[in-house]
Amino acid sequence: MSLRFLAAEGEPNPLLPHLAEIVLALVVFLILVYLIARFVMPNFERAFAARTQAIEGGLAEAERKQSEADAQLAELNKQLSEARHEAARIREDAREQGAQIVVEMREQAQAESARITANAHAQIEAEKQQVLSQLKTEVGTLATGLAGRIVGESLEDEARQRRTVERFLAELEDQPVGQSS
Amino acid sequence: MSAADQVLVAEGFTPPGPGDFELPAVFGDSLLFTKPALLLVLAAVLVFGFFLVTSRKMAMVPSKAQYAGEEAYSFVRNGIARDIIGSSDFIRFVPLLVALFFFILINNVFGIVPFIQFPSFSRVSFAYALAGLVWVLYNGVGIWKHGLFGYLKHVTVPGGIGGPILLLIIPLEFFSTVIVRPATLALRLFANMFAGHLLLILFTLGAEYLVFEAGKAAYTPVGVLAFLMAIAISFLELLVQFLQAYVFTLLTAMYISGALAEEH
Repeated sequence: MSLRFLAAEGEPNPLLPHLAEIVLALVVFLILVYLIARFVMPNFERAFAARTQAIEGGLAEAERKQSEADAQLAELNKQLSEARHEAARIREDAREQGAQIVVEMREQAQAESARITANAHAQIEAEKQQVLSQLKTEVGTLATGLAGRIVGESLEDEARQRRTVERFLAELEDQPVGQSS
Repeated sequence: MSAADQVLVAEGFTPPGPGDFELPAVFGDSLLFTKPALLLVLAAVLVFGFFLVTSRKMAMVPSKAQYAGEEAYSFVRNGIARDIIGSSDFIRFVPLLVALFFFILINNVFGIVPFIQFPSFSRVSFAYALAGLVWVLYNGVGIWKHGLFGYLKHVTVPGGIGGPILLLIIPLEFFSTVIVRPATLALRLFANMFAGHLLLILFTLGAEYLVFEAGKAAYTPVGVLAFLMAIAISFLELLVQFLQAYVFTLLTAMYISGALAEEH
């Protein structure tokens, strides 16, 4: 072989292969490849896949939670503004109602006072009429009584007359003459 | 041999040569029980042991061991397989590429591990074996993908070229893709390991000879210098060992990727 000249005389040629070594290397290496493919690679690949899955799953979960929180926040804000609106509306209503109530009460009170005044006027008028009519009858009776007395007794002297009149007046005072107004 | 070497030889120093790579069998006389053969098996055991231990209990939050295993595995899986072959097909080749990278790396690093100190792939047969396997694999993948004639066309006829120049291109492309690739793949790995190891034993044996055996005090500082050089070269070798494992795996991935590629 021409290669043999490359080596020094008596030295083995380092480029010449030995079949036994080639077979040995092939067998050892192929066994190693098989063992790695069978026992090592699945473990690593499974772990990588699980890790990728975990990270992606975690991200998706975080995203889901975030959007959920956003939705809840929006919902709460909506509710809050609704509640504010509601409160404002209620306040407004209350104010209106209060004003209305005041107006109504005022009207009522005015009506009542008008009614009471009218009643009082009517009563006064009625009593006045009653007193007047009573007075008319009384005055007649009194005049009749006084005239009889004057006529019945002799009008001798002034003192006596005066006494009579005074007695009459005293009687008149003693006698009830009906309700005064 | 230079004149200086011959002087040393004359005084009794035997420079290391290819013979230093022909180690005797540990027992019996079979090539299957030599130091390189046993190292080859040891490397496979170490690689599988490492990955088995680090991948046995996979947790969402990795332990230190699991993290180391994951990083090592991902380095080849993502850094080589996925980046070169593409995310649609790479997963089928991950076990091969992971095994290839770490198997070669451990075997290479044996070259500077104390008491082992022999890179298995300085035995050319081992490199031939792996390169041959890669050759069968990428050609097989290409034929499986494109059919035999489709693959041959895919390999030999670059896109956008027609006419008489094809008479030149087709044999050249065939030669470079089908014949040269496995040879360069094997020889690159082998030659780097062989040369590195040769350099190391040259410097260490030379240092030993100069300090202890040459018998001249003037040689001692030179010997010490040679020994320091050996240490420096060990670190250089570490880089080369990693690089060769990486290059071998990277080229394998590129060949597979090229065979799988759609029409250019």
